[in-house]
Amino acid sequence: MSATLWAVIGGMAAVTFAIRYALFGLGSRLRFPPRVRQALRHVPVAVLTAIVAPMVLLPDGRHWDLSWRNPWLAGALASALLVLGTRRLLAAIAGGLAVYLLWRWGFGPA
Amino acid sequence: MIASAPTLPPVWPDRRLEFLHGARDTVPLLLGAAPFGLIFGALAAGSALGTSGALAMSALVFAGSAQFIALSLLGSGTSGLIVVFTTLVVNLRHVLYSASLQPQVARLPQRWRLLLAFWLTDETYAVVYHRYARDDGAPFKHWYTAGSGAIMYANWLGWTAAGVWLGQTSPALAHLGLEFALVATFVGIVVPLLRDAPSIAASLTAAAVALLARDLPYKLSLLVAALAGVLVGVWLDARAAARSPKPDRTENAR
Repeated sequence: MSATLWAVIGGMAAVTFAIRYALFGLGSRLRFPPRVRQALRHVPVAVLTAIVAPMVLLPDGRHWDLSWRNPWLAGALASALLVLGTRRLLAAIAGGLAVYLLWRWGFGPA
Repeated sequence: MIASAPTLPPVWPDRRLEFLHGARDTVPLLLGAAPFGLIFGALAAGSALGTSGALAMSALVFAGSAQFIALSLLGSGTSGLIVVFTTLVVNLRHVLYSASLQPQVARLPQRWRLLLAFWLTDETYAVVYHRYARDDGAPFKHWYTAGSGAIMYANWLGWTAAGVWLGQTSPALAHLGLEFALVATFVGIVVPLLRDAPSIAASLTAAAVALLARDLPYKLSLLVAALAGVLVGVWLDARAAARSPKPDRTENAR
């Protein structure tokens, strides 16, 4: 593995630890203004959606696939319905994965 | 939890028991993390990272979703600086967790705060949050947190190693389609968070921008989309707050 990749891993480790440690280390000296806390509330939703949407709707990275034969779309919808219905993350993961694999097996890889 | 026998002076669990309980209560979440560790190990071992890079990333970064994204960014030739910056944005949600746990760890010695910060993950936060919510005055709750973190860490390293081994013995695993587990997990995390109009709008905006900006270099679409989603969410929060007489209804954490 190249020195560049080691540097990337080191950088990732440093920023991840810094985020996790910042508030523990600074103690009560650091307080977020309400506006910042409100912004942070939206971070997981925005980041995770931004990751998932292209994977699901552009399975090959370039072309739209909005058909019902798209296994990524079918699996993602199954996960959403399962988590709404059961409130269990594990059910959403296992069920979504099962639907995805079933679709791929039935309609071929997208 | 099993009720303890009624004794006259309060009997708190000792360090060892807290540690074991923390580990025990985290077991269901190990199952959710297992496929990721496996797939990450298999995909990373087959990439430029190789065996040592896969294991080092799991051991040092210890953040599943960020590791997956880094892997896909590195695979598409993204510069290291962008990968590190994307990691920062993706992991920013941990600030919420540490803000929520901060009052509980503020008085611990430095070495404890370092350790618990390193082991802070979505899963451990979800488990530990409930333990701290039980205000029973127990003195060794940080051992509970350590138990949860330790078993998550061991689980993540173990499955990464298993994935590395599998990826080397049967490279076909990488094409099995298990990478969908990441999508399923993220959908499962996001959907329950869409409880009000600002959250839904933040999500839809992030999706639309990520799709429209997909041709930006260095996968900058991810960062632009996340920023756009957060801005729309904040804007709608502010509008709702301006309309209702209540001050602000900020939520601390999920």
